[in-house]
Amino acid sequence: MTGQELIHSLDEAFDGKLQDQTEFRGDTTFTIAAGDVREIAAFCRDKLSFDYLIDVTSIDNFGEEPRFEIVYHLYSMPHAVHLCLKLKVPEDAVDTVSDIWPTANWHEREIYDMMGIKFNGHPDLRRILMWDGYPFYPLRKDFPLEGLPSEMPDVAFTKVTPLEGGPFVTVPSTATAKDREPRARPPEL
Amino acid sequence: MPETRATAYDSKIEGNVIFTRFDAALNWVHKNSLWPMPMGLACCAIELMAAAASRFDIARFGAEVMRFSPRQCDVMIVAGTVTYKMALAVKRIYEQMPEPKWVIAMGACASTGGMYRSYAVLQGIDQLIPVDVYISGCPPRPEALLAGLMKLQEKISRERSFRNQKPELTEKLEEAFA
Repeated sequence: MTGQELIHSLDEAFDGKLQDQTEFRGDTTFTIAAGDVREIAAFCRDKLSFDYLIDVTSIDNFGEEPRFEIVYHLYSMPHAVHLCLKLKVPEDAVDTVSDIWPTANWHEREIYDMMGIKFNGHPDLRRILMWDGYPFYPLRKDFPLEGLPSEMPDVAFTKVTPLEGGPFVTVPSTATAKDREPRARPPEL
Repeated sequence: MPETRATAYDSKIEGNVIFTRFDAALNWVHKNSLWPMPMGLACCAIELMAAAASRFDIARFGAEVMRFSPRQCDVMIVAGTVTYKMALAVKRIYEQMPEPKWVIAMGACASTGGMYRSYAVLQGIDQLIPVDVYISGCPPRPEALLAGLMKLQEKISRERSFRNQKPELTEKLEEAFA
């Protein structure tokens, strides 16, 4: 079975549930509804041989509704085909796929840690990088780059980092180092 | 009853006796046998390992005995990025080291947070524990670590070790001899 046929049979099985099909350099991306993720994921693994979940990532579209986007990168070992599934979700309305692909367990924990998206049915939804009890979700768009102060006695603390006017950026040119490497990016760039 | 006799000059022990200040002898012992606590947290730890290996050979300065128990260490080499998650663990290990103890902040991250101007990274280990020597570099080469170690040795040789470690006894002695 070629990649085209795999995608086609997925399209047939879930007629109407797959939206916004896009293709980029041979890789297909679908947007699906958050409620369909477990059904489609199980079908992709069992019937279409997408046996490898490469990655699960999340995007914060701050200001939009629903706010977050989850992206699943699937790969079929037997057929060497990539498939990308996207779903738009609010903060706490996405089901886990960690029982379908066990590797999703830690990916979903990382998304929970960094973005604060809760996965329903996850067996062990704890923070994975920051410590238990850290009060913020640092990869959200409304979290400042310099961080926020927090304090957990005997565990950890955080302070606001001095950024000296902004993140360090470089501009390619033949100017002197002082002009090429300003401390802060000017707002118009 | 033991017999006492004058020992002002004895030709048999001539050349085997050295007169020096007590601090100088103590510091000489300290600085030439520094046992490091390798607090390897990031890529600086690779350079720290290289400094301990044959090409750079930290043993030339008497600091080759890396101990992984803080209770057997003299100098903590903080080699790498100190995240907030690790920060209190580093402080705790420092507090478990017996006195006298010294700290080398190796590299940009341990000294100032380095390029990690971020919510997750402590901006310099000196915010938590006192640092004796800062080493620049990202990561510093093993030679830089050895130079830092020699700087620390210089610093130790100027210390008033006896007074620092036994302040009450020093006061009593000073009163007695005043």
